[in-house]
Amino acid sequence: MFVNILVNGLVAGGVYAVLAVGFSLIFGVAGILNMAHTAFYMITAFFILYATTALSIPLPVALLGAIIIATLLGILSYKLLFDRIKQHQTAVMIISVALAMLFQEILLLIFGGHYRGVPPFATGFIDILGSRISYQHIFAIFTSALILLGLWMLLSKTRLGNAIRAVAQDRAIANLMGINVNRIFTIVMAISVSLAGLAGAVVAPIYMVGPLMWIQPLTIILAAVVLGGLGSIGGCVAGALILGYTETIVTFLVPGGGFLRGAVSLSIMVLVLLIKPEGLFGVVFEEERL
Amino acid sequence: MSYFYLWYGWFKGGILAIPGRVIALCFFVCLFSAPLITQDPYHLRIITLATIFALFAASWDVLAGFTGQLNLGHALFFGVASYTAGLLNTHLDMSPWLTIPCGAVAAVLVGLIAGIPALRLRGFYLGLVTLSFPLILSGLLFVFPEFTGGELGISGIKKLASSRIVSYYIVVVVFTISIFIMWKFTDAKSKLFRTGLVLHAIREDEITARASGIGTTKYKLLAFAISGFFAGIAGGLYVHFLRIAAPSTLELFFSFQVILWTIFGGITTVYGAVAGVFILYPLLEILAITAWGDHLRFIIFALILIFTLLFMPEGVTVWVLDKLEIKCPRCKIVNVFTRKKCRGCRAVLHQEEA
Repeated sequence: MFVNILVNGLVAGGVYAVLAVGFSLIFGVAGILNMAHTAFYMITAFFILYATTALSIPLPVALLGAIIIATLLGILSYKLLFDRIKQHQTAVMIISVALAMLFQEILLLIFGGHYRGVPPFATGFIDILGSRISYQHIFAIFTSALILLGLWMLLSKTRLGNAIRAVAQDRAIANLMGINVNRIFTIVMAISVSLAGLAGAVVAPIYMVGPLMWIQPLTIILAAVVLGGLGSIGGCVAGALILGYTETIVTFLVPGGGFLRGAVSLSIMVLVLLIKPEGLFGVVFEEERL
Repeated sequence: MSYFYLWYGWFKGGILAIPGRVIALCFFVCLFSAPLITQDPYHLRIITLATIFALFAASWDVLAGFTGQLNLGHALFFGVASYTAGLLNTHLDMSPWLTIPCGAVAAVLVGLIAGIPALRLRGFYLGLVTLSFPLILSGLLFVFPEFTGGELGISGIKKLASSRIVSYYIVVVVFTISIFIMWKFTDAKSKLFRTGLVLHAIREDEITARASGIGTTKYKLLAFAISGFFAGIAGGLYVHFLRIAAPSTLELFFSFQVILWTIFGGITTVYGAVAGVFILYPLLEILAITAWGDHLRFIIFALILIFTLLFMPEGVTVWVLDKLEIKCPRCKIVNVFTRKKCRGCRAVLHQEEA
């Protein structure tokens, strides 16, 4: 039981962390509240489902292809939609909600409403202290950790990472320093969506795949991003892990926990924000303080 | 006779000369005379629901548009009021005349509780905290199914009135009065209330507003209370019209829907929210009855939404009024776009043509 909670919490937390980091990145850099973020995660899962079951494409190719297609869709939607009305933040948010709805309905039309499973990439399980842990879960944990490590390296060690952080800090000054801000926005959108795609690829065999699977993680990553503090990648990861573990513990230990898991996670977020309004690791700017 | 001329002069100068008000007048005339044209229960049902949702969307606009408190969980007020009204009606057998105000008061109380975090949070943080409230509540609903009906909700609630036409007129009259109050409440130029101006000031710059001696805390809570009250009335009407209080009124999509309507119509204008609902809600229903609409309606709906917002990012009504009205550069009176000279001060309106 204990090991089960530990592993499942780590899987959920890791996936939420990958999703939340991508969401927070595009919001912090370009100011785009992309509610369709988890829709890209869903699309990747569906592409993998379709490619492996109907087209019987080998798994590594299907994974790569699905992530590339989702990323291209993300860049396309940025160039065609978000980029044009960037200065109207609420309109961008509504367009992203409409986009998510569009994806959901198209998938519903093609695949129908019921939930399906994707065959696991890694079959078999190991026995840890009497609990059966499948290789798929271990694979998911390590992939999430690798993705987060890679992103951290990218943002802190490379020239591109420096440029991205500069744009996030001050768009106008970054522009004056010779950084092509629009190109950075496009790159960040691509990174953000490909992170969502990776998360979708990781969880496709663990969770069920269905056209409504984007809503539940969306609320959790929104909560995780705020819990950790906007503009802090480490905070996002911490927030996602806290919420992932909360969810798992509630599901395992509380009767009727399936209904309550979202409510408990969100209550924790509300409580933290009441005590510390800028989130756990958020940065308070002087003008923002009230 | 002289009174007649006085009224006529007011009517001509205050309404007929301003295109936006002519449209509003036509809209209300159509709304009140709709049962004379069609008695079809299906049509009346669509208009009634659109009216209820328009009230709901306008109440969101008061809070998010005028006061700048981004509330992403407005369904909370609607849901709380609908469940309160439903429970009072089924358990205590109270009439709709009592349950709807009680529901609205419950929504106000919840609005004040939800407003407390709002005093410390702003922008995106506030949006997310408010977003989580209805989701937390709906989680609780499912845990106590014997009291709340769980997934099925509460059914067997009394009708608003015995006849369909009477319930239609109750909804429409309540809607008209509420919209008028909200319009006056948020009007920055109003001579009766100071609130409109204060709310605008809080949205534009809260710190400056506070520095000017405005008790922003009080006014923000007031905005939450007013917004919650009207959303609660909408919730109560909805429950007595559909005769079921369902957990779907607390869903995430229900909160997003309000924002969708209001931003489509035009934010920070009470009429924009109303226009948004009266365009989008019937559209979805019309799409549903066409042959292919059953599967494609949400796809078409999403595409229409995306393309409209791409070309009119500030909302439909703002775009239309921008085409129809010209503000005089000298005396700031609104003129019809066909005029060459201002109706107040005869200043030339089209500088580039002059």
